[in-house]
Amino acid sequence: MPSLWKIRCFVARSAREVTHGGLLYWSWIVALLALVGFGFAAYLEQLDHGLITTSMRDQVSWAFYIGNFTFLVGVAAAAVMLVIPAYVYDWKPIKEVVILGELLAIASLVMCALFVLVDVGRPDRLWHLVPGIGYLNLPSSLLAWDVIVLNGYLALNLCIATYVLYSLFVGGQPRKGIFKLLVLLSIPCAIAIHTVTAFLYNGIPARPFWNSAILAPRFLASAFCSGPAVLLILMQLLRRFTRFEIPDAAIWKIAELMAYAMFVNLFLLGAEVFKEYYSNTEHLIHMRYMFTGLDGQSSIVPYMWFSVVASLIAFVLFLVPATRRNPMTLNLGCVLIWAGVYIEKGMGLVIPGLTPDTLGEIYEYFPSRSEVVISIGIFSVGSLLFTLMVKVATPILLGEFRLRSPSRHFAGTPHPSSGHPFVQSQGSQPQTSTGRVESGRG
Amino acid sequence: MNEARSLDRRDFLCVVAGCVAATTGSCADVTHTPFFRERLRELTKAELADIVAGMAEDYHARYGKRFEVGAAPAQPGVEFAYALDLSHCVGCRRCVHACVAENNQSRDPEVQWIRVLEVEKGEGLDLAHADPYYDAALVPRAGYTYVPIACQQCRNPPCVKTCPTGATWQEPDGITVIDYDWCIGCRCCISACPYGARHFNWAEPQIPADELNTTTHVLGNRLREKGVVEKCTFCIHRVREGLYPACVEACPTGSRKFGNLLDPSSEIRYVLEHKRAFVLEAELGTRPRFYYFYGD
Repeated sequence: MPSLWKIRCFVARSAREVTHGGLLYWSWIVALLALVGFGFAAYLEQLDHGLITTSMRDQVSWAFYIGNFTFLVGVAAAAVMLVIPAYVYDWKPIKEVVILGELLAIASLVMCALFVLVDVGRPDRLWHLVPGIGYLNLPSSLLAWDVIVLNGYLALNLCIATYVLYSLFVGGQPRKGIFKLLVLLSIPCAIAIHTVTAFLYNGIPARPFWNSAILAPRFLASAFCSGPAVLLILMQLLRRFTRFEIPDAAIWKIAELMAYAMFVNLFLLGAEVFKEYYSNTEHLIHMRYMFTGLDGQSSIVPYMWFSVVASLIAFVLFLVPATRRNPMTLNLGCVLIWAGVYIEKGMGLVIPGLTPDTLGEIYEYFPSRSEVVISIGIFSVGSLLFTLMVKVATPILLGEFRLRSPSRHFAGTPHPSSGHPFVQSQGSQPQTSTGRVESGRG
Repeated sequence: MNEARSLDRRDFLCVVAGCVAATTGSCADVTHTPFFRERLRELTKAELADIVAGMAEDYHARYGKRFEVGAAPAQPGVEFAYALDLSHCVGCRRCVHACVAENNQSRDPEVQWIRVLEVEKGEGLDLAHADPYYDAALVPRAGYTYVPIACQQCRNPPCVKTCPTGATWQEPDGITVIDYDWCIGCRCCISACPYGARHFNWAEPQIPADELNTTTHVLGNRLREKGVVEKCTFCIHRVREGLYPACVEACPTGSRKFGNLLDPSSEIRYVLEHKRAFVLEAELGTRPRFYYFYGD
């Protein structure tokens, strides 16, 4: 009897939480909703006219949408890959932000699904992918595998996040056995989603730019940079705007891990560049299109160089302890990594892979207005979803939001059962801790 | 066993489509509309006959013309193959236009299943530096070879391997076909094809009513919609009736040869046995049924 009642309470309290907020909160929500609205309107137009509203054509038949999809799979994977050091080395400060990683993964996966949705020519037929009523071409189609691992990973993350938050809400602790099992299961799944997505490109011998054995390792390395970069900024925003306590040590540790990941990423890129330029075969043409342009077609070139330079600068910033501990340079590094990987794993992967096409034609792709508006709309959906999830999760993790506790009255008072393994609740004095990164306080 | 499974699936779709069914009629009607039916290759003969009759009616309603939508299956003992004589092709592109007319390819935006490349002699068959946009009024230009490329009907087709919904497959007579009503338009096959043979309908295909070819095949040149992929089928509606593909008939130089690989007396067997034939991108292991050769 009580569980149904508890679930109703959980839902009702969550609803109450997301509908109460200050001016800043509501401005953010309204701005996101407006962008979602613009994106949706553009999508309706695309549905009506067909994908001709994009700049994609037969020569470059995957582009901005699929580039964003690929980047976000990396974010989703990496958010949870932080779990590895947390559990393998039992390193506590990172453990506390794992739940944020799970929520980020959920938001990213929803965006991934939306990017695939807007990219397909016949979204009304996506049910053809549902085993049983449709037909999933297993084991040969990598996209079929991707459908399975991405949905499985989404389900797993939803389970973990809901289970932990609900357990805390009803005043208990998540059962260690179940929790650990789910979290450990999510590690191979995180690696799997990015590996399978890399194989989607990798398994195409017709496109030599993608048909490289180190593509999947490169995907993982760059994801280990971009995912935590997003998380680092989010963590700083969270402790700025909520009473969430995130120790500096956690932030610095993550930044250090990112430096190693960026080293591997740059090393693998260098290995590719050497192989192509030194061998100087016909296959070099794609890399030449990317770095120097071909036949005067070079709109992608400045972006690629920006990506390389941004990644190099960020690597140095994160490698040197002084700069990764300085909030200014830390955040600059995060933005540079984010931008660098966004270009490299998005447009920088998809466009040169398809240009020139298999018959040597160079079709210079640049996203159309409609593609950009729809993509901004999808990023807004993800941001909105993440905001709402964090809005509910934060007070639960802080112990302010419990069954039978009239939250508004207790706000600011630490719950007796706080001090659970997910967050170091310092009670109502979040401003007193010292030595934290003074980010965003300008 | 197969039948039992497909019946289960239809029952399930009935439930899914319950509301629609309630308003439009019986369950069977709903599951037989193009939207709710299974893949063409899973249908029984009778069901397929039903479906193609419905298609013909639909096209008639849209264009006021009588369409014949055939569903002729592959004949036993037949494996089609093609050979193209590079020493005689002059690059006039008549095959391209015959193909467009025969196979109801969209005129706006333009879809063309055959692409003819102009390649400099002395560069070998260097497709990466070929020009598909040469001026056909000037051909044949001295110093150039012309290489028409369409679907190579691979024995080991990467497009079929990559399709997530199984909407494309190889028929027993070697023709790779697409179920236009099952394709979700993800374009994996376009990325996978080494020959640029697959084309996407980026907008609703436009064909003037008086230019429509009303003799069609359900797996070939029947009308397509926006958002799906299409490709050469060796003119499946013609070759399964014993006719040559339209491009073979249109070629003014006789460069195009077509026939049954399994028939020792066929012209294609003669070419393969007496000329030095080769395939494009052999190193990719696609094993095309489309050969090139030098007749002289």
